[in-house]
Amino acid sequence: MKFRSVLIAATALTMVSSVAMTADMTIVSWGGAYSDSQNNAYHKPYMAENPDVNIINDESSAEAVAKLRAMNEAGNVTWDVVDVVASDAIRLCDEGLAEVIDPDTDLAPAPDGTSAADDFGDLLVSECYIPQIVYSTTFGYRTDKVGDTPPTDICAVFDTETYPGKRALEKRPINNMEWALLCDGVAKDDIYDVLSTPAGVDQALAKLETIKDDVVWWSSGSETPQLLADGEVVMGSTYNGRLFSLIEEEKQPVAMLWDAQVFDLDGWIIPTGLSPERLAAAKKYVKFATDTQRLADQAKYISYGPARKSSAPLVGKHAELGIDMAPHMPTDPKNATNTFLYNYEWWADNRDDLDAKFQAWLAKN
Amino acid sequence: MSDTSQADTALTTQDGVPLKVSIARALRRQKIRALLLVAPLFLFILLSFVAPIADMLFRSVENDLVPSTLPKTVVALQVWDQHSGTLPPEEVFAALAADLKVATKAKTHTRVGSRLNYEKPGISSLFRKTGRRVGKFEDGNYTEQFLKADKKWGDIEVWQVIKRFSTPFTAGYFLAAVDAEQTEDGVRFKPDDEQIYLFLFGRTMILSITITASCILLGYPIAFLLSSLPLRSSNMLMILVLLPFWTSLLVRTSAWKVLLQQQGVINDTLVWLGIVGDDSRLALINNQTGTIIAMTHILLPFMILPLFSVMKTISPTYMRAAKSMGASDWYAFWRVYFPQTIPGIGAGSILVFILSIGYYITPELVGGTSGIFISNRIAYHISYSLNWGLAAALGVILLAMVMVLYWMYDRIVGIDNVKLG
Repeated sequence: MKFRSVLIAATALTMVSSVAMTADMTIVSWGGAYSDSQNNAYHKPYMAENPDVNIINDESSAEAVAKLRAMNEAGNVTWDVVDVVASDAIRLCDEGLAEVIDPDTDLAPAPDGTSAADDFGDLLVSECYIPQIVYSTTFGYRTDKVGDTPPTDICAVFDTETYPGKRALEKRPINNMEWALLCDGVAKDDIYDVLSTPAGVDQALAKLETIKDDVVWWSSGSETPQLLADGEVVMGSTYNGRLFSLIEEEKQPVAMLWDAQVFDLDGWIIPTGLSPERLAAAKKYVKFATDTQRLADQAKYISYGPARKSSAPLVGKHAELGIDMAPHMPTDPKNATNTFLYNYEWWADNRDDLDAKFQAWLAKN
Repeated sequence: MSDTSQADTALTTQDGVPLKVSIARALRRQKIRALLLVAPLFLFILLSFVAPIADMLFRSVENDLVPSTLPKTVVALQVWDQHSGTLPPEEVFAALAADLKVATKAKTHTRVGSRLNYEKPGISSLFRKTGRRVGKFEDGNYTEQFLKADKKWGDIEVWQVIKRFSTPFTAGYFLAAVDAEQTEDGVRFKPDDEQIYLFLFGRTMILSITITASCILLGYPIAFLLSSLPLRSSNMLMILVLLPFWTSLLVRTSAWKVLLQQQGVINDTLVWLGIVGDDSRLALINNQTGTIIAMTHILLPFMILPLFSVMKTISPTYMRAAKSMGASDWYAFWRVYFPQTIPGIGAGSILVFILSIGYYITPELVGGTSGIFISNRIAYHISYSLNWGLAAALGVILLAMVMVLYWMYDRIVGIDNVKLG
């Protein structure tokens, strides 16, 4: 008797669940605080509005390019929406692995009627890419180890006499080469012209050579905050959101050096090879998640600037700490006095070549 | 089988079938059964091991993308002399325009661009940019229209690269993997400041040998202790040896970071003891030292286990016999005990060496710049630069190196001299 009732209950359950069948949507992102902010600002309201959609989080963005290519070759794309940085989006678009997005039909206009194309402006750096946030790669330093003259200038990184101690730099040429040239007296506007010549590359590496013994090279964004917290380095580059949580949430004696920060973008792509239904569902999600209010909402949870111009005035206070988020945005006028924008086109052309040179330089001591 | 023995012609079974045939039939049945029994494993290995390796071998020479995306251009370029010092004739530009019009529709032109960008920086954006314009090209006068779209089309080197990589197979990836490149004047090594792979292959070898040697040095006494202790205590110790196996690799590596960094536990202790000064803390991590320490620890069980199982089978009576005949402790150990453990050292060394040659997570995390391996570059080309051809070529070379070493080991020590227990 007991067995039969269990059986009946099980059958009933199966039937109920098949009636309320929800469509799964796999959204790939970076994990950690960043995924949490997306979950709060995008996923939860979207699922509340669309009870038939079940969002599954995948934290594979770091390997997204290689995995998407492998999935595409295998003919079985299991991801619906993928969060990548702009340079990866350009590569995916070049390889035909990302869908082309039409800003007029696929994206929501701003509340005042401005078209999405104008609202995002120059930040639509690839025809396959919908940016969400502007983040920056910038420096943080230990306030207790710089004496009475805290650094205000990027060239403090190269000044080991005034600021002795190790520095953390990313283990790749991008950004480091620009900073090195800037501190070697090259005018900001000429940097890429200089870097396009072999002599310019040598010049940048020679400048980096002056601090080579004092550098800890990182490859994951979480390393610099840890190195700063442990006192292993006196200053180091990383993503501004990581430094924000180190300073404001973990209350470490660290401050931001916004000078010569390099803006970069993070946003969505939709993989090619989806069935028409899944493609439509992915587009619907992306349209919702990149509208003006949603982008502004994300800034409540993490200190990255929304990619839409119309979202900026809506940025409010941090959801838990209750502090104003605007002064912590890389795009805040006070922080953005001297900035770079990641030069996507130039690096897409020269990345492989310069990376070989940079790694060869790194490997040989 | 009663009447078979009397026949002096062909032996037959009772039902008249010749014995030979009957035996062959029975044997065949046995063979098929044996084959069916190994078939699942055989298929599994074929599908999951041989096929991927064959695919990798193929990728390292494959270059089908260029001729299949630009078929007309490839044909038209055949008549152009790349040494002439002049741009290709109008027909080539016309053919490229036709090819690019098709390719932009299929969105494959950018893929060719990224492929050729490995050979000459700048081609990626050239194809992307021209792809946007080519749809609006008018008939005739293609040379001028291309030059107007981007003046880089006037660079003869661009055309030389397209022509050089227009064959369905290429040695380009293998050349790049040994720091060489193909130019119009033949194959030559890249400039010094771009050479990296041969150097990294060498370093991978040296570090792997160092790690294997330190595993032998540390593992041998432990295995000896394990094999000579009574079962109860040796089991306890064995669990300690195996314990790291049950911890995630990343956790173990991160633990080494905490221990080894300059503000870490070891340096703090040394400073506290007054062995090193506060301003001259030892650099134990983010260099080769870090890689060697962390990887020796991680790979140590692979050395201890085969050594232990070999030592376990060595009877203690040999040593007693040697000593009873007047051998000193050291002499008995070195001449009697040690030679019997060589198969264990061989097995352990092969395991540790081959595992360490392909490691990349640990070197990436603790190796800094001087402690990274060739596998780190392979991983980079697989996950970030998407240059799978180069990654495949590097992988093939690594595989070949392991096989050569294996062959050398077989010649010097003998592979049947390897025992896991």
